Amino acid sequence: MRNEKTTEDIALGIRRRVFEHAMRNNGGYLSQACSAAEQLAWLYNEELNLGAPTLPMIPKPFEGVPHADNPDYHTGAGYNGPFEPEFDRLFIAPAHYALVAYATLVETGRMAAEGLEMFNQDGSSVEMIGAEHSPGMEVHNGTLGIGLSTAAGLAWGRKRRGETGRVWVYMSDGEVQEGQTWEAIQACAHHRIDNVKAIMDVNNQQCDGAMDSVMEVRDIKAKIEAFGGVAVECDAHNLDEMREAAKTPHEGKPLIILAQSNPFHAMPILEERFPRLHYVRFKSEEERARMNASIAESLGVEPIDYAH
Amino acid sequence: MVEMVNRPYEAAFEKHALANPDVLCISADLTSSCEIDKFRDNHPDQFLSMGMAEQNMMSFCGGLGLAGYRPFVHTFGVFTYRRPYDQLMASIAYPRRKVRIMGFLPGITTPGGMTHQAIEDISVMRSMPNMTILETGDATEVESICEAADSIDGPVYCRVLRGSVPRLFDTPIVVGQMREISLGEDVLIVTAGITTEEALRATAALEKAGVSVRHLHLNTIKPFNDQALLDHINSVRGGVITLENHVTEGGIGSLVAEVMADNGVGKKLRRLGLKDTYAHGGSRAYLMRYYGLDALALTQGVEELLGQPLNITEDDLAQARVEAVHSLAKAEGL
Repeated sequence: MRNEKTTEDIALGIRRRVFEHAMRNNGGYLSQACSAAEQLAWLYNEELNLGAPTLPMIPKPFEGVPHADNPDYHTGAGYNGPFEPEFDRLFIAPAHYALVAYATLVETGRMAAEGLEMFNQDGSSVEMIGAEHSPGMEVHNGTLGIGLSTAAGLAWGRKRRGETGRVWVYMSDGEVQEGQTWEAIQACAHHRIDNVKAIMDVNNQQCDGAMDSVMEVRDIKAKIEAFGGVAVECDAHNLDEMREAAKTPHEGKPLIILAQSNPFHAMPILEERFPRLHYVRFKSEEERARMNASIAESLGVEPIDYAH
Repeated sequence: MVEMVNRPYEAAFEKHALANPDVLCISADLTSSCEIDKFRDNHPDQFLSMGMAEQNMMSFCGGLGLAGYRPFVHTFGVFTYRRPYDQLMASIAYPRRKVRIMGFLPGITTPGGMTHQAIEDISVMRSMPNMTILETGDATEVESICEAADSIDGPVYCRVLRGSVPRLFDTPIVVGQMREISLGEDVLIVTAGITTEEALRATAALEKAGVSVRHLHLNTIKPFNDQALLDHINSVRGGVITLENHVTEGGIGSLVAEVMADNGVGKKLRRLGLKDTYAHGGSRAYLMRYYGLDALALTQGVEELLGQPLNITEDDLAQARVEAVHSLAKAEGL
């Protein structure tokens, strides 16, 4: 499944797809593509040990929630391959990155491009905030801060069963405002859970704006270490640094890579919208057209013909 | 008089866990309070201390469920849903993880006051899709709660009694099956948990006063067998009365009211329990009297329901012997 494209190409492809989608839909999670594209591209193209997808390339429609009367229910985890002892698992803790995660599945050949067209359409499983039945998702994480705890429980269980596969978590820095994140790190340290690895998109942004204006979180690295984890920083747009960071020893402790990202990386015009970057909805046709031209040029594509 | 059983959960859990290697013992810093301290000491490989951090514990247990384990969460009931409600919903209930939540100190069974008394847990859990609710009312039910809970294909919340617990029944919990304790024709009394013992005491006095009592004990609150309840309601002349160690909104009183309303049953219903109020700290007997959860409150409720004075006094109730309910009573049933 891997290395058919370079990770750089996949990251660029992710941004192009998210850009096209946002232009057509008059807005979207553009900034998350800026900050996260290399991280998700690197995870899927290099770091994660995943099997071939087990679910159809074109996602099935929504087939109901888990219920005793819905025995055929399944999650979207099959897009990450089968559950085998040697394979890794991935939780996208900030489910608001779903559009970027779906674009990653398309770029890595795990989902058809048609899947992205189903994003946020009524009756579709390709939901705006990734649900557990959405492609590439295994648990609900839309409520921020629960992802690392879930991963820790699964990781402890997998270790007990002698499975070699790891549990990866894609995290966001806003989640460190939630107390549960710290409960999870201390529990991993206490129980020596070291088959949990996380990469955190440290973009310093949250829904209301710049994190420092909403709630200062201070030194995330020092705090993780104080709670018993191992933290290492890297440039979120420098793949070599990311690769090196992942090699950091962390015996008996969880590893959290703090990927310092730029929320307008590769789309510099988005800086105009700072500090409201969580969901960029164009304020006028003029802005939409101007962003279309500028971002298209930045990404090396033609402007999107969104009128049709 | 009834036999009192000391710490029935302790041995029952150990037996069940040792027979089921995928059962894990989870504790949140209330290990001896939940009678699992010996288990921790004797079987540390099957025990996980999660500390005083319930939010992480709930999501962590969701992860353990993903790995195929069946964690038994031990803490006071109130701590399993108030603070970690979001985690309970998203990490356990929604995905139907086989997490068995053992909620100790249901209702006013603790002198700990508002922060320790789970008085609305059933209401919360009833409104949570995919959640099963079981409640123990005696030592035999406590002894069979682990097996009953672990038979559920999904998450379960259990109200568990600890310490010295009376043995009222001689048959284990059968999930989904209410116990028919008496089959009289004047009034239907529906109880669960510790209020069943009160109703047994009240029944003795009521029968003496000439009231024919039909009494049901519920150990499975959700899912619920509406038809069985309806059959009993249709078998009494004078109406229905519920007594619960819980607020009267959302618990078994509401459950009975819903079944009656849904089926157009035109009989009177009185719901006894905590009436839109918190409780405070005190002994169980004091609190049950103060808040009207005891046998006397029940006989007074029956008086009002039937509209006739019964002149049952506290002394009458104190003298009422509570005997174990043998399965014979059940055999006489339907």
